[in-house]
Amino acid sequence: MIPGLNLALMAVFTTTTDPGMEPVATPFFFYLLSGLAILGGFLVITRRNPVHCALALILTLIAMAHLYLMLYAPFVAAVQIIVYAGGIMVLFLFVIMLVSIERASKDRRFNRFWPVGLAAACALMALFVSAFVKGRALFPDRMIAIPEGSNTQQVASMLYGEAGRMGQYTFAFEIASLLLLVAILGAVIMTKKKI
Amino acid sequence: MVPITTLHYLVVAAALFVLGVIGVLTRRNVVIVLMSIELILNAVNLNLVAFSRMWGKLDGQVFAIFIVVDAAAEAAVGLGILIAFFRNKETINVDEIDLLKW
Repeated sequence: MIPGLNLALMAVFTTTTDPGMEPVATPFFFYLLSGLAILGGFLVITRRNPVHCALALILTLIAMAHLYLMLYAPFVAAVQIIVYAGGIMVLFLFVIMLVSIERASKDRRFNRFWPVGLAAACALMALFVSAFVKGRALFPDRMIAIPEGSNTQQVASMLYGEAGRMGQYTFAFEIASLLLLVAILGAVIMTKKKI
Repeated sequence: MVPITTLHYLVVAAALFVLGVIGVLTRRNVVIVLMSIELILNAVNLNLVAFSRMWGKLDGQVFAIFIVVDAAAEAAVGLGILIAFFRNKETINVDEIDLLKW
């Protein structure tokens, strides 16, 4: 009974050619989510209180997780919400709690050289716009539909390997775990009072 | 309505990237500078996932996962440096962190 139930559930949840699962109202959701993401980004760079900036960044991260869902990347969306919005931003909020002195939130927001920074960013924006206008032909309009139900399995087989062979990115995965270990050691040692 | 193509996602990613660059270059609070760096990394992630969808392969998504891992490590180390510095000098203002000036 249990194997049959398993197969039935798999058949229901991994089919992607079901016409009931076609995406609807894609432009509406795209403009809504990208508007939220850009609004969140704008609030990050302009709010005076760093806690407001952290909350705006959480808004941006969750909007981007939804954009990843629209791009048929459910695993990356889940990683983004769990690790980025749920881990890194909590770390930022803890550090804001530790270092935010009252004087800092009443200070001026922008540093001494803000016109130079703004000019450099405008030059970068002009470069991007020219790249998009001139290189329009490089981004073909066809979008291949990636199957969504087996996305996690395919990402896992690229990271971990399958059927006894190493995956395409297994070595990079091990190096990334080594990087995390080094980062943990560095952060712990740096914040000790007496080494 | 124009169908949403890869270029739409690239424009959104470019806008977020430029906002992050403005935040890094113009804000005084070091914590907000670090948050703008996270914004830049997110823009790059969106670019990668959009291209992964365009080509139909999953390499872009795996790269995006690695960038999230890297952003976590970098945020931890950067904030550790900030806390260690704050313990010495009691300021988080980039204009006042000038011990290396001649």
